[in-house]
Amino acid sequence: MSWLMEVQWSPYAVGIGIGILSWFTWLISSKPIGCSTSFAKTAGLIEKLFRGNKVDDRPYYQEVKPGVDWQWVFVAGIVGGAAASSLLSGDFSWQWVPSVWEQNFGDNVLPRLATALAGGLLLGFGSRWAGGCTSGHGISGTMQLAVSGWISAICFFIGGIIMAQLLFTVIA
Amino acid sequence: MNIQATKKQLFWGLVFGIIFGFLLQKGGVTKYDVIIGQLLLTDFTVLKIMLSAVLTGMLGLHVMQRFGLIKLKPKAGSWGKNAIGGLIFGLGFALLGYCPGTIAGAMGNGYLDAIFAGLIGIIAGSGLFAVAYPLLNNRILTKGNYGNLTLPRLFKINEWLVILPVALIIFLILFMFERTGL
Repeated sequence: MSWLMEVQWSPYAVGIGIGILSWFTWLISSKPIGCSTSFAKTAGLIEKLFRGNKVDDRPYYQEVKPGVDWQWVFVAGIVGGAAASSLLSGDFSWQWVPSVWEQNFGDNVLPRLATALAGGLLLGFGSRWAGGCTSGHGISGTMQLAVSGWISAICFFIGGIIMAQLLFTVIA
Repeated sequence: MNIQATKKQLFWGLVFGIIFGFLLQKGGVTKYDVIIGQLLLTDFTVLKIMLSAVLTGMLGLHVMQRFGLIKLKPKAGSWGKNAIGGLIFGLGFALLGYCPGTIAGAMGNGYLDAIFAGLIGIIAGSGLFAVAYPLLNNRILTKGNYGNLTLPRLFKINEWLVILPVALIIFLILFMFERTGL
Protein backbone atom coordinates (compact mmCIF):
# COMPACT_ATOMS: atom_id res chain seq x y z
CA MET A 1 0.00 0.00 0.00
CA SER A 2 3.04 2.30 -0.23
CA TRP A 3 1.54 3.92 -3.34
CA LEU A 4 -1.08 5.52 -1.09
CA MET A 5 1.75 7.25 0.78
CA GLU A 6 3.47 8.71 -2.26
CA VAL A 7 3.36 12.52 -2.48
CA GLN A 8 2.50 12.64 -6.15
CA TRP A 9 1.15 10.21 -8.74
CA SER A 10 1.52 10.36 -12.49
CA PRO A 11 -0.98 12.92 -13.83
CA TYR A 12 -2.16 10.27 -16.30
CA ALA A 13 -2.92 7.81 -13.51
CA VAL A 14 -4.86 10.55 -11.70
CA GLY A 15 -6.70 11.59 -14.88
CA ILE A 16 -7.66 8.02 -15.77
CA GLY A 17 -8.78 7.56 -12.15
CA ILE A 18 -11.04 10.61 -12.40
CA GLY A 19 -12.40 9.34 -15.73
CA ILE A 20 -13.25 5.95 -14.19
CA LEU A 21 -14.73 7.70 -11.13
CA SER A 22 -17.06 9.55 -13.50
CA TRP A 23 -18.34 6.23 -14.88
CA PHE A 24 -19.44 5.31 -11.36
CA THR A 25 -20.95 8.69 -10.46
CA TRP A 26 -23.16 8.24 -13.55
CA LEU A 27 -23.89 4.55 -13.00
CA ILE A 28 -24.67 4.76 -9.29
CA SER A 29 -25.84 8.35 -8.76
CA SER A 30 -26.82 9.46 -12.31
CA LYS A 31 -24.71 12.56 -11.67
CA PRO A 32 -21.81 14.23 -13.43
CA ILE A 33 -18.80 15.28 -11.36
CA GLY A 34 -19.34 18.97 -10.55
CA CYS A 35 -18.68 21.42 -7.74
CA SER A 36 -19.67 25.04 -8.21
CA THR A 37 -23.46 24.79 -7.72
CA SER A 38 -22.78 23.81 -4.11
CA PHE A 39 -21.19 27.19 -3.42
CA ALA A 40 -24.35 28.92 -4.67
CA LYS A 41 -26.48 26.65 -2.47
CA THR A 42 -24.23 27.52 0.47
CA ALA A 43 -24.55 31.24 -0.31
CA GLY A 44 -28.33 30.81 -0.23
CA LEU A 45 -28.19 28.91 3.08
CA ILE A 46 -26.02 31.65 4.64
CA GLU A 47 -28.31 34.41 3.36
CA LYS A 48 -31.22 32.49 4.93
CA LEU A 49 -29.56 32.78 8.34
CA PHE A 50 -30.00 36.55 8.05
CA ARG A 51 -33.09 37.01 5.90
CA GLY A 52 -35.00 33.80 6.48
CA ASN A 53 -37.28 32.26 3.86
CA LYS A 54 -37.53 35.52 1.89
CA VAL A 55 -34.33 34.28 0.23
CA ASP A 56 -36.38 31.66 -1.64
CA ASP A 57 -38.07 34.53 -3.54
CA ARG A 58 -34.90 35.28 -5.45
CA PRO A 59 -35.44 33.89 -8.97
CA TYR A 60 -31.98 32.30 -8.94
CA TYR A 61 -32.73 30.31 -5.78
CA GLN A 62 -35.96 29.05 -7.33
CA GLU A 63 -33.76 27.35 -9.94
CA VAL A 64 -30.89 26.44 -7.62
CA LYS A 65 -32.58 25.68 -4.30
CA PRO A 66 -30.42 26.37 -1.22
CA GLY A 67 -29.77 23.12 0.64
CA VAL A 68 -27.58 20.06 0.95
CA ASP A 69 -27.68 17.62 -1.96
CA TRP A 70 -25.48 14.96 -3.60
CA GLN A 71 -23.03 17.51 -4.99
CA TRP A 72 -22.78 19.40 -1.69
CA VAL A 73 -21.59 16.31 0.19
CA PHE A 74 -19.39 15.46 -2.80
CA VAL A 75 -17.57 18.79 -2.33
CA ALA A 76 -17.33 18.18 1.43
CA GLY A 77 -15.87 14.77 0.60
CA ILE A 78 -13.14 16.41 -1.48
CA VAL A 79 -11.88 18.20 1.64
CA GLY A 80 -11.68 14.88 3.49
CA GLY A 81 -10.10 12.98 0.58
CA ALA A 82 -7.41 15.61 0.05
CA ALA A 83 -6.72 15.72 3.80
CA ALA A 84 -6.38 11.92 3.90
CA SER A 85 -4.07 11.89 0.88
CA SER A 86 -1.83 14.69 2.16
CA LEU A 87 -1.67 13.29 5.72
CA LEU A 88 -0.75 9.82 4.40
CA SER A 89 2.11 11.21 2.31
CA GLY A 90 3.25 13.83 4.82
CA ASP A 91 2.43 16.56 2.28
CA PHE A 92 -0.12 18.24 4.58
CA SER A 93 0.94 21.66 5.83
CA TRP A 94 -0.72 24.77 7.22
CA GLN A 95 0.40 27.39 4.71
CA TRP A 96 -0.68 30.99 4.17
CA VAL A 97 1.41 31.99 1.15
CA PRO A 98 2.14 29.56 -1.71
CA SER A 99 5.83 29.43 -2.73
CA VAL A 100 5.44 30.69 -6.33
CA TRP A 101 3.46 33.65 -4.99
CA GLU A 102 6.16 34.30 -2.37
CA GLN A 103 8.96 34.26 -4.98
CA ASN A 104 7.15 36.93 -7.00
CA PHE A 105 5.27 39.04 -4.48
CA GLY A 106 6.99 38.39 -1.14
CA ASP A 107 5.86 36.61 2.02
CA ASN A 108 3.40 39.25 3.26
CA VAL A 109 0.10 37.46 3.94
CA LEU A 110 -2.28 40.36 3.29
CA PRO A 111 -1.65 40.90 -0.46
CA ARG A 112 -2.07 37.16 -1.01
CA LEU A 113 -5.34 37.06 0.94
CA ALA A 114 -6.70 40.16 -0.82
CA THR A 115 -5.90 38.67 -4.23
CA ALA A 116 -7.36 35.30 -3.29
CA LEU A 117 -10.54 37.00 -2.04
CA ALA A 118 -10.89 39.03 -5.26
CA GLY A 119 -10.17 35.90 -7.29
CA GLY A 120 -12.76 33.94 -5.34
CA LEU A 121 -15.40 36.60 -5.96
CA LEU A 122 -14.79 36.51 -9.72
CA LEU A 123 -14.60 32.71 -9.70
CA GLY A 124 -17.90 32.34 -7.83
CA PHE A 125 -19.63 34.96 -9.95
CA GLY A 126 -18.18 33.58 -13.20
CA SER A 127 -18.97 29.96 -12.41
CA ARG A 128 -22.63 30.80 -11.82
CA TRP A 129 -22.68 33.01 -14.93
CA ALA A 130 -21.23 30.18 -17.03
CA GLY A 131 -23.37 27.55 -15.28
CA GLY A 132 -20.43 25.40 -14.20
CA CYS A 133 -16.75 25.19 -13.34
CA THR A 134 -13.59 23.34 -14.27
CA SER A 135 -15.23 20.07 -13.16
CA GLY A 136 -18.83 20.52 -14.30
CA HIS A 137 -18.01 22.05 -17.67
CA GLY A 138 -14.28 21.37 -18.02
CA ILE A 139 -14.36 17.65 -17.25
CA SER A 140 -17.99 16.44 -17.21
CA GLY A 141 -19.30 18.74 -19.96
CA THR A 142 -16.46 18.09 -22.38
CA MET A 143 -16.62 14.30 -21.88
CA GLN A 144 -20.34 14.40 -22.76
CA LEU A 145 -19.31 16.37 -25.87
CA ALA A 146 -21.54 19.26 -24.75
CA VAL A 147 -20.99 22.47 -26.71
CA SER A 148 -21.55 24.41 -23.45
CA GLY A 149 -18.72 22.44 -21.82
CA TRP A 150 -16.17 22.93 -24.59
CA ILE A 151 -16.84 26.67 -24.99
CA SER A 152 -16.71 27.22 -21.21
CA ALA A 153 -13.53 25.19 -20.73
CA ILE A 154 -11.72 27.07 -23.52
CA CYS A 155 -12.83 30.42 -22.05
CA PHE A 156 -11.75 29.40 -18.51
CA PHE A 157 -8.23 28.92 -19.82
CA ILE A 158 -8.22 32.01 -22.07
CA GLY A 159 -9.27 34.19 -19.12
CA GLY A 160 -6.87 32.40 -16.80
CA ILE A 161 -3.86 32.68 -19.10
CA ILE A 162 -4.53 36.41 -19.70
CA MET A 163 -4.79 37.19 -15.96
CA ALA A 164 -1.79 35.01 -15.06
CA GLN A 165 0.35 36.82 -17.64
CA LEU A 166 -0.87 40.19 -16.39
CA LEU A 167 -0.13 39.28 -12.80
CA PHE A 168 3.25 37.62 -13.27
CA THR A 169 4.82 39.48 -16.19
CA VAL A 170 3.26 42.96 -16.00
CA ILE A 171 2.66 43.50 -12.26
CA ALA A 172 5.30 41.25 -10.63
CA MET B 1 -30.52 22.33 7.29
CA ASN B 2 -32.49 21.58 4.18
CA ILE B 3 -31.53 18.09 2.94
CA GLN B 4 -32.40 17.53 -0.72
CA ALA B 5 -31.36 13.92 -1.21
CA THR B 6 -31.87 10.46 0.25
CA LYS B 7 -29.37 9.05 2.74
CA LYS B 8 -28.16 6.63 0.09
CA GLN B 9 -27.52 9.44 -2.41
CA LEU B 10 -25.66 11.43 0.23
CA PHE B 11 -23.58 8.38 1.17
CA TRP B 12 -22.43 7.87 -2.42
CA GLY B 13 -21.86 11.59 -2.93
CA LEU B 14 -19.54 11.60 0.06
CA VAL B 15 -17.69 8.45 -1.06
CA PHE B 16 -17.18 9.76 -4.59
CA GLY B 17 -16.10 13.16 -3.22
CA ILE B 18 -13.49 11.56 -0.95
CA ILE B 19 -12.07 9.60 -3.90
CA PHE B 20 -12.07 12.72 -6.09
CA GLY B 21 -10.31 14.76 -3.40
CA PHE B 22 -7.76 12.00 -2.87
CA LEU B 23 -7.01 11.91 -6.61
CA LEU B 24 -6.80 15.70 -6.92
CA GLN B 25 -4.30 15.85 -4.06
CA LYS B 26 -2.20 12.99 -5.48
CA GLY B 27 -2.22 14.81 -8.81
CA GLY B 28 -0.81 17.96 -7.19
CA VAL B 29 -3.70 20.15 -8.33
CA THR B 30 -4.70 21.14 -4.80
CA LYS B 31 -1.62 23.38 -5.00
CA TYR B 32 -1.58 27.01 -6.11
CA ASP B 33 1.89 26.55 -7.63
CA VAL B 34 0.73 23.77 -9.98
CA ILE B 35 -2.41 25.59 -11.13
CA ILE B 36 -0.70 28.92 -11.69
CA GLY B 37 2.09 27.01 -13.50
CA GLN B 38 -0.53 25.75 -15.95
CA LEU B 39 -1.94 29.24 -16.54
CA LEU B 40 1.63 30.56 -17.03
CA LEU B 41 2.15 27.64 -19.45
CA THR B 42 5.19 26.36 -17.55
CA ASP B 43 3.63 23.25 -15.93
CA PHE B 44 1.12 21.15 -17.87
CA THR B 45 -0.03 18.91 -15.00
CA VAL B 46 -3.57 20.35 -14.98
CA LEU B 47 -4.14 19.73 -18.68
CA LYS B 48 -2.58 16.26 -18.50
CA ILE B 49 -5.03 15.30 -15.75
CA MET B 50 -8.05 16.93 -17.39
CA LEU B 51 -7.40 15.52 -20.85
CA SER B 52 -6.77 11.98 -19.64
CA ALA B 53 -9.93 12.19 -17.50
CA VAL B 54 -11.96 13.43 -20.48
CA LEU B 55 -10.53 10.69 -22.74
CA THR B 56 -11.30 7.91 -20.24
CA GLY B 57 -14.67 9.33 -19.21
CA MET B 58 -15.85 10.09 -22.74
CA LEU B 59 -15.19 6.54 -24.01
CA GLY B 60 -16.74 4.85 -20.96
CA LEU B 61 -19.81 7.07 -20.73
CA HIS B 62 -20.72 6.75 -24.39
CA VAL B 63 -20.28 2.96 -24.33
CA MET B 64 -22.49 2.79 -21.22
CA GLN B 65 -25.09 5.03 -22.85
CA ARG B 66 -24.98 2.88 -25.99
CA PHE B 67 -25.92 -0.12 -23.83
CA GLY B 68 -28.69 1.80 -22.10
CA LEU B 69 -26.99 1.80 -18.68
CA ILE B 70 -26.98 5.58 -18.28
CA LYS B 71 -28.57 8.64 -19.86
CA LEU B 72 -26.20 11.59 -20.30
CA LYS B 73 -27.47 15.11 -19.52
CA PRO B 74 -25.43 17.69 -21.46
CA LYS B 75 -25.94 21.14 -19.95
CA ALA B 76 -27.82 23.78 -21.91
CA GLY B 77 -25.88 26.94 -22.63
CA SER B 78 -25.36 30.01 -24.75
CA TRP B 79 -22.49 32.19 -25.91
CA GLY B 80 -23.63 34.85 -23.43
CA LYS B 81 -23.46 32.36 -20.57
CA ASN B 82 -20.51 30.15 -21.34
CA ALA B 83 -18.13 32.53 -23.15
CA ILE B 84 -18.61 35.61 -20.95
CA GLY B 85 -19.04 33.65 -17.72
CA GLY B 86 -16.09 31.47 -18.70
CA LEU B 87 -13.82 34.49 -19.20
CA ILE B 88 -14.86 36.01 -15.84
CA PHE B 89 -14.22 32.62 -14.24
CA GLY B 90 -10.80 32.49 -15.87
CA LEU B 91 -9.75 35.88 -14.48
CA GLY B 92 -10.72 34.71 -10.99
CA PHE B 93 -9.07 31.32 -11.56
CA ALA B 94 -5.67 33.00 -12.07
CA LEU B 95 -6.05 35.43 -9.16
CA LEU B 96 -7.11 32.73 -6.73
CA GLY B 97 -5.03 29.87 -8.14
CA TYR B 98 -7.70 27.31 -7.27
CA CYS B 99 -11.05 26.43 -8.83
CA PRO B 100 -14.26 25.44 -7.00
CA GLY B 101 -13.27 21.76 -6.84
CA THR B 102 -9.57 22.15 -6.15
CA ILE B 103 -10.18 24.79 -3.47
CA ALA B 104 -11.97 22.13 -1.44
CA GLY B 105 -8.87 19.97 -1.94
CA ALA B 106 -6.59 22.89 -1.02
CA MET B 107 -8.54 23.29 2.24
CA GLY B 108 -7.95 19.61 3.00
CA ASN B 109 -4.27 20.12 2.21
CA GLY B 110 -4.12 22.83 4.91
CA TYR B 111 -3.82 25.87 2.67
CA LEU B 112 -5.05 28.86 4.65
CA ASP B 113 -5.36 31.29 1.72
CA ALA B 114 -8.00 28.87 0.39
CA ILE B 115 -9.86 28.61 3.71
CA PHE B 116 -9.78 32.24 4.86
CA ALA B 117 -10.00 34.14 1.57
CA GLY B 118 -10.78 31.98 -1.47
CA LEU B 119 -13.69 30.07 0.03
CA ILE B 120 -15.30 33.25 1.36
CA GLY B 121 -14.83 34.88 -2.04
CA ILE B 122 -16.42 32.02 -3.97
CA ILE B 123 -19.46 31.86 -1.71
CA ALA B 124 -19.88 35.65 -1.76
CA GLY B 125 -19.38 35.77 -5.54
CA SER B 126 -22.00 33.05 -6.03
CA GLY B 127 -24.40 34.95 -3.76
CA LEU B 128 -23.78 38.18 -5.69
CA PHE B 129 -24.64 36.36 -8.88
CA ALA B 130 -27.94 35.23 -7.36
CA VAL B 131 -28.69 38.91 -6.65
CA ALA B 132 -27.65 40.05 -10.14
CA TYR B 133 -29.39 37.15 -11.92
CA PRO B 134 -32.71 38.92 -12.70
CA LEU B 135 -30.76 41.76 -14.38
CA LEU B 136 -28.62 39.42 -16.47
CA ASN B 137 -31.05 36.65 -17.27
CA ASN B 138 -33.11 37.85 -20.19
CA ARG B 139 -30.40 40.07 -21.62
CA ILE B 140 -26.96 38.52 -21.63
CA LEU B 141 -27.47 34.93 -20.50
CA THR B 142 -29.76 34.00 -23.38
CA LYS B 143 -27.64 35.63 -26.13
CA GLY B 144 -26.58 33.08 -28.73
CA ASN B 145 -28.54 30.25 -27.14
CA TYR B 146 -27.68 26.74 -28.31
CA GLY B 147 -29.54 24.70 -25.68
CA ASN B 148 -28.08 21.35 -24.74
CA LEU B 149 -26.38 20.94 -28.11
CA THR B 150 -23.62 18.33 -28.39
CA LEU B 151 -20.80 18.19 -30.93
CA PRO B 152 -22.31 15.18 -32.81
CA ARG B 153 -25.62 17.06 -33.20
CA LEU B 154 -23.79 20.25 -34.20
CA PHE B 155 -21.96 18.43 -37.00
CA LYS B 156 -25.00 16.18 -37.67
CA ILE B 157 -22.93 13.01 -37.65
CA ASN B 158 -22.87 9.76 -35.71
CA GLU B 159 -21.47 10.33 -32.22
CA TRP B 160 -18.64 7.83 -32.72
CA LEU B 161 -17.40 9.94 -35.64
CA VAL B 162 -16.79 12.66 -33.05
CA ILE B 163 -15.71 10.48 -30.11
CA LEU B 164 -12.97 8.62 -31.94
CA PRO B 165 -11.31 11.71 -33.54
CA VAL B 166 -11.54 13.62 -30.21
CA ALA B 167 -9.96 10.63 -28.46
CA LEU B 168 -7.20 10.54 -31.07
CA ILE B 169 -6.55 14.29 -30.81
CA ILE B 170 -6.36 14.13 -27.00
CA PHE B 171 -4.02 11.17 -27.23
CA LEU B 172 -1.77 13.04 -29.70
CA ILE B 173 -1.72 16.17 -27.50
CA LEU B 174 -0.69 14.09 -24.47
CA PHE B 175 1.91 12.27 -26.58
CA MET B 176 3.27 15.66 -27.71
CA PHE B 177 3.48 16.88 -24.09
CA GLU B 178 5.66 13.87 -23.26
CA ARG B 179 7.81 14.13 -26.40
CA THR B 180 8.55 17.81 -25.82
CA GLY B 181 9.13 17.26 -22.09
CA LEU B 182 6.35 19.61 -20.98
